[in-house]
Amino acid sequence: MIEVKHLTKKYGDHKAVSDLNFRIENGEIYGFLGPNGAGKTTTMNMMTGCLSATEGSVTIDGLDIFEDATKAKKKIGYLPELPPLYQDMTPEEYLRFVARAKGVKGPDVEKQIDHAMKVTGTHGVKNRLIRNLSKGYKQRVGIAQALLGDPEIIILDEPTVGLDPKQIIEIRELIKELGKDHTVILSSHILSEVQEVCSRIMIISKGRLVANDTPDNLEKRMRGDFRLELVARATKGEAEEILASLEGIRELEITPRGGTVEIGLTTEDNLDITEGVFFAFAEAKKPILEMRPIRSSLEDIFLELTGNKEEVAFRRDSHRVGGKEEA
Amino acid sequence: MLAIYQRELRSYFTGFVGYVFAAFILLFGGIYTMVINLSNGITNFEYVLGNMSFVFIIAVPVLTMRVLAEERKQKTDLLLYSLPRSMTAIVLGKYFAMLTVFAVPMGVMAVYPILLSMYGEINMAVAYSAILGFFLMGAVLIAIGMLVSSFCDNQAIAAAVCFVIILINFFISDLASFVSAEAAASLGALTILVFVVALIVRYLTASNLAAGVVAILGVAALLIAYGIDKTMFEGLFAAILSSVSVFDRFYSFTDGVFDLGAIVYFLSVIALMVFYTVQSMERRRWGE
Repeated sequence: MIEVKHLTKKYGDHKAVSDLNFRIENGEIYGFLGPNGAGKTTTMNMMTGCLSATEGSVTIDGLDIFEDATKAKKKIGYLPELPPLYQDMTPEEYLRFVARAKGVKGPDVEKQIDHAMKVTGTHGVKNRLIRNLSKGYKQRVGIAQALLGDPEIIILDEPTVGLDPKQIIEIRELIKELGKDHTVILSSHILSEVQEVCSRIMIISKGRLVANDTPDNLEKRMRGDFRLELVARATKGEAEEILASLEGIRELEITPRGGTVEIGLTTEDNLDITEGVFFAFAEAKKPILEMRPIRSSLEDIFLELTGNKEEVAFRRDSHRVGGKEEA
Repeated sequence: MLAIYQRELRSYFTGFVGYVFAAFILLFGGIYTMVINLSNGITNFEYVLGNMSFVFIIAVPVLTMRVLAEERKQKTDLLLYSLPRSMTAIVLGKYFAMLTVFAVPMGVMAVYPILLSMYGEINMAVAYSAILGFFLMGAVLIAIGMLVSSFCDNQAIAAAVCFVIILINFFISDLASFVSAEAAASLGALTILVFVVALIVRYLTASNLAAGVVAILGVAALLIAYGIDKTMFEGLFAAILSSVSVFDRFYSFTDGVFDLGAIVYFLSVIALMVFYTVQSMERRRWGE
């Protein structure tokens, strides 16, 4: 378990990280999400003892990362933003070096290297020079390095940046696999990645923690109004008449277009009236050509929480009218 | 420490740096042995070492430039910081690896007196004490180079700075004879020195207060001493300059003196440089 208390990092007058407080429980995959420059790398460097904090503390199972550095660091495997690889070594030599530098002894060294290479799928390249490996394999060797010493917690800083789509999927699968017997913390500025891989999301913006919840809860918390958009073959008057029979519609706008109408509506209390609308139009023998329910996505939440209000407003305008903002 | 040591040593010999360094020292060792001992028939091997001591000006920067600067540039320093190891162990591992690389040509050269003794009378005690002195002097300069490398994130700059420092050190006792022996000149030079020390303190501790205290106390002490006894300052700066010369300490070995004071001096400077390197690395952990 990691406990972060009042963690602050100042560079001169600039606060890169400001009063972070959170707790990492064992056995979950945490996603550290934020736009570039939000303080993700700074926080991770402090959590792993690579960077000193201006204020606050990081404790791992009760061990302070600076006071009891040696013991605390043994519990953590860290892959920094750029994998710290020595280009003039082969993966096997490199991993042997890291294992021994982490204090792994005797037959455990080879056992752990073998395990790390198996998990990360780097057996096939173990005798090639790291400088000649593709970016995806370099990343894998970097992750293998983090696994050595058998740490309980694995911290990965932007593990999929710069990889091609196939490599990204492979690394995500690998992270999920790791999550089965490790606590994993990964940072990313890509929301869908965190949403797919992580069981908990922490959103950081301008050095502050603005949300810390499960993906479902975040979505639920942010789910504002239920909104339905549809296209039907009817006149404006007919559509108004049909919809008047339904209850719970709060806002409605109808735009005629050729022989059809485009309808956008929001309901009260998050009421899902998709089926009601369907039957109402069916009874009136007015066919619905297109219909889609819209909920606010995690992306909206992300943008809203990280303060990109203008962009949020733009996105809302593009598919929603009069939607009330909820934070 | 052992893992770091082995990786470092290995990288010197998988690349070319280790070979260049060893070849460079052996080349000049060979030339001077040839000229002094073989051609001129002089039986003092220590003269060879005395004459070739300038090789360090080139050889040491080549050996030390990348040792920490390259870690920083390649971002592998984050791995070192995340290891469950003390920074002292990591720095010592690297330092001993460089000493081992240096020991290779020295080991070869240690055979020379034995070979020479087959053809003439050699004073073995003097020859081997000079070899020990030569090795320790090299060890001091390597420690200085390592400290310089820890300040830089570009190995070319590290090499250049290290080159200049060793060059100045090489010529410093000659330069000292040009320095004015007047008391006021010494006072001025020492005041500048105090400010330089204060700047170094500022860099290492990142504290304006500590640097200010050092500067004020240093200048005050100088002025008080100057007020009490002006004559003390006559020739003082020149004397200080020659006393920091690593090369001067070594020359007493080539004069046939086994200088225990010099050995203590060498070992203390090494300890100090290693300590400062650890501090410099720890300071980086604070981020700039």
